[in-house]
Amino acid sequence: MKKIALLAGVALAFAVSSADAAKLKACWVYTGPIGDFGYSYQHDQGRLEVEKELGDKVETAYVENVAEGPDAERVFERFAREGCGIVFGTSFGFMDPELKVAKKFPDVKFEHATGYKSADNMGLYNARFYEGRYILGQIAAKESKKGLAGYIVSFPIPEVVMGINSFVLGAQSINPDFKVKIVWVNSWFDPGKEADAAKALFDQGADIIVQHTDSTAALQVAEERGLKGFGQSSDMAKFAPHAQMTAIVDNWGPYYVSRVKAVLDGTWKADNAWDGIKAGAVHMADYANMADDTKKLAQETEAKIAGGWNPFTGPIVDQDGKERYAAGVTAPDGDLLGMNWYVKGIDDKLPQ
Amino acid sequence: MIRIELVKRSQQSRVMSVLSPVIAVALTVIVAGIVFFLQGHNPLEGIWYFFLEPITSLWGIEQLVTKATPLVIIALGLAVCYQSNNWNIGAEGQLTMGAIVGSILPVMFPDFVNPVVLPLMLIMAMIGGALFALIPAQLKIRFGTNEILTSLMLVYCSNLFLDWMVRGPWRSPQGYNFPITVDFHEWAILDGHDFGGVYLNLSALIALILVIVLAVVMRSTLKGFEIRVLGQSPRAGAFAGFNHRRMTLFAFALSGALAGLAGMMVVMTEIQKLQPVISPGYGFTAIIVAFLGRLNPVGILIAGLVIASSYLGGEAIQTSLQMSSKVATVIQGVLLFFVLACDTLILYKVRIVAGRAGEVARA
Repeated sequence: MKKIALLAGVALAFAVSSADAAKLKACWVYTGPIGDFGYSYQHDQGRLEVEKELGDKVETAYVENVAEGPDAERVFERFAREGCGIVFGTSFGFMDPELKVAKKFPDVKFEHATGYKSADNMGLYNARFYEGRYILGQIAAKESKKGLAGYIVSFPIPEVVMGINSFVLGAQSINPDFKVKIVWVNSWFDPGKEADAAKALFDQGADIIVQHTDSTAALQVAEERGLKGFGQSSDMAKFAPHAQMTAIVDNWGPYYVSRVKAVLDGTWKADNAWDGIKAGAVHMADYANMADDTKKLAQETEAKIAGGWNPFTGPIVDQDGKERYAAGVTAPDGDLLGMNWYVKGIDDKLPQ
Repeated sequence: MIRIELVKRSQQSRVMSVLSPVIAVALTVIVAGIVFFLQGHNPLEGIWYFFLEPITSLWGIEQLVTKATPLVIIALGLAVCYQSNNWNIGAEGQLTMGAIVGSILPVMFPDFVNPVVLPLMLIMAMIGGALFALIPAQLKIRFGTNEILTSLMLVYCSNLFLDWMVRGPWRSPQGYNFPITVDFHEWAILDGHDFGGVYLNLSALIALILVIVLAVVMRSTLKGFEIRVLGQSPRAGAFAGFNHRRMTLFAFALSGALAGLAGMMVVMTEIQKLQPVISPGYGFTAIIVAFLGRLNPVGILIAGLVIASSYLGGEAIQTSLQMSSKVATVIQGVLLFFVLACDTLILYKVRIVAGRAGEVARA
């Protein structure tokens, strides 16, 4: 009994010494390592921006490499118990565990990226990455000599399918016969598999690589082979200075800063944020290693999208030849978020 | 010149078999302190967060039990396997298949809602895990294939099968096409019950019962004797009338059933639906737990709690001290290293000898 009392005393001492009432603690849960230089890295850049912008008013913490399974719930609860005022879950697989913890801790604010379940104290946020993918598609079609791109993908969830479709729509707007070969690697982060997939796709005749996985591996293979590709999530130019034509950069910083500020001001409310190029959530890295007219086209498209145009504007015909959206009709957000069909011209089957 | 000699003991030291794990943990704490210091942290604070803080709250104890439960249940089955000289490395796959088979009820028959569902699911999961484990067992006794390879490879088959199921036939119609099944109904989940502030569910109790049952079976029944004899000498076992083929089937079926049971209960308590990933490698970690517990049921219970606490400690140093998750992995590795290294003390005496260099050369 004495021992327990002693331990409790020590625990209390630590709790008191680490608690600082005036500071807001903002916490992040990452699915990958922050050293992936892709998805989790960019979220962490956002966290660092919060530290820089809000300085003394906040204290931040994060956990990396959290599996999207049974362990996730404990990590969220730990943060809630450690006094985090706002917790950001940065991956789709954290949705249910985060929601459970959110219900248990109604005074803590939660934000979940890329999911669809919310609560009074759990908001949603995502970015319209598909806007950038349309631009990549146009660049690929202009720059590819063979009219064939290789596309490395993780999991057939709507987010990814939406990206493939947008890329192909962009490419077909330049070259209606443009082809895409798709390889699923069933992982968000597996540099070995990603590199193998890139090699296989180049061997099969693709001369441009695009990926919806988080490492720099595919782009580095392109660099070695003297071919071209795009960065994913972050600007990967330093890993492939001659191969990267541009990159879709996830720019979470401004969003994180605004949300943490809202908690500080007491104005935080759960909402559903889905911003794109216009609001700066999606940023295109410098256009490079491409012809001048391609660059000009890319910039024009970027401006058009920033002006409010949606790449998913009809006429859009699906793989089976069925017209999904008539000319001039824009796909509603709900359709995009549940997208489970390919547009015409993709030689791959989605699991149905 | 002073040198250290290892002298073989005439018999295993009883004192050392109790002391060696304690020495190992003590050495790990020291090395961990050094690692924390090198990372620029106060070593005492690091040791506190890694080893002690996770078990200072009721919630922490609850999490410790939750994390240890599947490890213990799986390791119990594996220990029987390994003692009978059958090397089942595929518990992770049997866990997955068990969970899939058990989930047939809530996913395919969501209207079948009554109290029978829960026990039925557990039984189906055990059958599913056992049948999947019998594949490498059959291959071994019929064709002499290496069960280490086949059981390991089947893990990938089962994981991809689960992946396909949740993306294809079992995908929830309400899930926006995300790879998840429908949420299980109320009779298909295990909720925690309040034990003085600690929320525990049935699975922890089942694990405890299994520890007792297997301890008794291994120590005081003919079956336990048969398992040990066939493991140590199949020939001697044959003279005693024991059939080693039947033993292979039994050991695989038992370990598969327990892995399936553990998998189902993880799904029922923590996820409450199926998704592409349902286990953070419990089936592989349980192999370490089995050996750390010296293939002894009570030892496995302790080892399960130790390994589970090292995972919780790893999370604690990340959230509280912002150390990398890799540091936790290093400390887990150091712990295993010292546990195995300290076993030397059971078989050997350490003697410090002061002598001249010439003697060393002659020796």
